Amino acid sequence: MTAAPAATGTAIGMSGLTVRFTTRRSQTTALDDVSLDIEPGEFVTIVGPSGCGKSTLLKIVAGLVKPTSGDVSLLERPVRGPQKEIGFVFQKAALLEWRGARANILLQAEMRGMDRAQAARRADELIEMTGLTGFEKALPHELSGGMQQRVALCRALLHSPPVLLMDEPFGALDALTREQMNAELHRIWRETGTTVVLVTHSIAEAVFLGTRVVVMSPRPGRIIRTFPVELPAHRDYAQVMSDPRFDRLATDLRGLLGSAAANH
Amino acid sequence: MTENSLDTAGRQAAADQAGGARATAAGPGGVGADGRDGTPSSTVVKPPTGGGRPPRPTLGRRAVTFADSLWRPALVLAVFFAAWWFVAAREYVPNYLVPTPGQVWETMTTQWSELARHTVVTLYETVLGFVLAAALGLVTAVAIAYSRTLDKALYPIVLFAQVIPKIAIAPLLVVWFGLGLTPKIILAVLIAFFPVVISGVAGLRSTDPELLDLAATMGAGPWRTFRKIRFPNALPHLMAGLKVAVTLAVVGAVVGEFVGASEGLGYVLLLANGNLDAPLLFADLILMSAIGIVLFVLVEIAEALLIPWHASRRAGVSLTTS
Ligand SMILES: Nc1ncnc2c1ncn2[C@@H]1O[C@H](COP(=O)(O)OP(=O)(O)OP(=O)(O)O)[C@@H](O)[C@H]1O
Ligand SMILES: [Mg+2]
Repeated sequence: MTAAPAATGTAIGMSGLTVRFTTRRSQTTALDDVSLDIEPGEFVTIVGPSGCGKSTLLKIVAGLVKPTSGDVSLLERPVRGPQKEIGFVFQKAALLEWRGARANILLQAEMRGMDRAQAARRADELIEMTGLTGFEKALPHELSGGMQQRVALCRALLHSPPVLLMDEPFGALDALTREQMNAELHRIWRETGTTVVLVTHSIAEAVFLGTRVVVMSPRPGRIIRTFPVELPAHRDYAQVMSDPRFDRLATDLRGLLGSAAANH
Repeated sequence: MTENSLDTAGRQAAADQAGGARATAAGPGGVGADGRDGTPSSTVVKPPTGGGRPPRPTLGRRAVTFADSLWRPALVLAVFFAAWWFVAAREYVPNYLVPTPGQVWETMTTQWSELARHTVVTLYETVLGFVLAAALGLVTAVAIAYSRTLDKALYPIVLFAQVIPKIAIAPLLVVWFGLGLTPKIILAVLIAFFPVVISGVAGLRSTDPELLDLAATMGAGPWRTFRKIRFPNALPHLMAGLKVAVTLAVVGAVVGEFVGASEGLGYVLLLANGNLDAPLLFADLILMSAIGIVLFVLVEIAEALLIPWHASRRAGVSLTTS
């Protein structure tokens, strides 16, 4: 795994991002004047009501959607087109239906022209870590939704990217597996110093994983507030859940999201 | 694996399969059409630990699946021949119009070497025309799917080539290229080309935009994206188009032979027609159909090998028409 990039400057910089989608029938403002700076090694979690532009925000950072106005930078360079120093986990698993789980993970290596043997070893590690052992050859339609998401996660981690963008990666998992995956992701983040931006609908997940929680308003999406998470850098799931600071933050977030939805 | 799949196929297979509870999925090589009862067990539910995939079906099992896929069409054919024989033998229709199956069979066996020679000629024209149409069609489809300019420029030409009646230009082709094989092959190409282009474009354009986004974040160039994502994704559409194309290629070749030829099944058909030789006419028609059916089945087999993963294959739905 690559070491953390030198902790200077910003890993991701967004200033005054506005996005308007014009379709034949209507015009939607998905994001309205969003500014956010993320430092290297941070784990930022984003929560907000459905349709407020969270996915759009991640795609802008990845260079897949062009903002109507505003600037984005990734690793100190302006984003002008698709970025490849990232690992992206899409909201849908987006797997190739003709490839088995392992081959789907290795797509990352093939597309980047990485060393085969090394990539294969890394893939096996990730398969083991995410509990996909025994399903290496299973096609996507033979996997459960949660397993598909885990394959997508492995694929995003295969090349040890300095920046990881994740769009509700654990949405399709059961509560227990989700906790395990959260703990696993937390460990990966701690060990690699990767910068992570993760979108989630789960307040518990946002607080457990994040060093900062960003709360967005209903459409047009704005950042209402960001909360620093005052929990130790090294977290244990059971400990965090029983920590009074976790409770307080979760209650605040729930209140804020609730009132934002009510005012809408 | 499932109870209901244990009809004809399962009953015979159960004997020679130790530990009978195996997935009866037609498997990647399950030859061609595996009837409508294609087992839903192809989505194998595995235990959470260990597991692995079910073993590939054995050769014996595959043969049984194949036999199972044949008995229904065989039955239909048998009924058809019986009805034909009944009508012809009782002379409900005059014999010089509809001969009996026996007469046709006799013509086939006595004139076998001649008929075989003509069949080979038509088969050659058809296959060559089909292969050329597939190659040209695919290249055109790629050009249209990738470039807006080429899309605008090529689509009208492709459409024009399609709507112009092939039978009307056949004489022109004969004038230009003589009585040899060339005009027949050109006609087969012209007629088989269109479905390949249309299905190829539809397939290439059906790629999930999210997959293309994914490819972009992997820094892959257009060639890699085409090879690893867009082309395999287009295959199910493309194979459907190829199945239509291969049957049309036969029509192209025969139309070419109608207009001017000294060999081939189309030429024999004209001769038989002129001589009011109904048995020969029928024998010729059967051979023409046989060419089409054999080629179609070959494309089906290719499809089963190339896209065993696709939903149309998994569900056991065969004979997809575009
Ligand atoms: N390509 C597009 N064309 C038109 N409108 C779009 C497009 N992508 C997103 N939108 C609109 O932008 C808004 C934000 O979409 P986005 O997918 O970012 O929401 P989200 O916050 O991720 O929602 P969810 O939590 O449900 O995933 C929505 O109203 C959506 O309809
Ligand atoms: Mg979303």
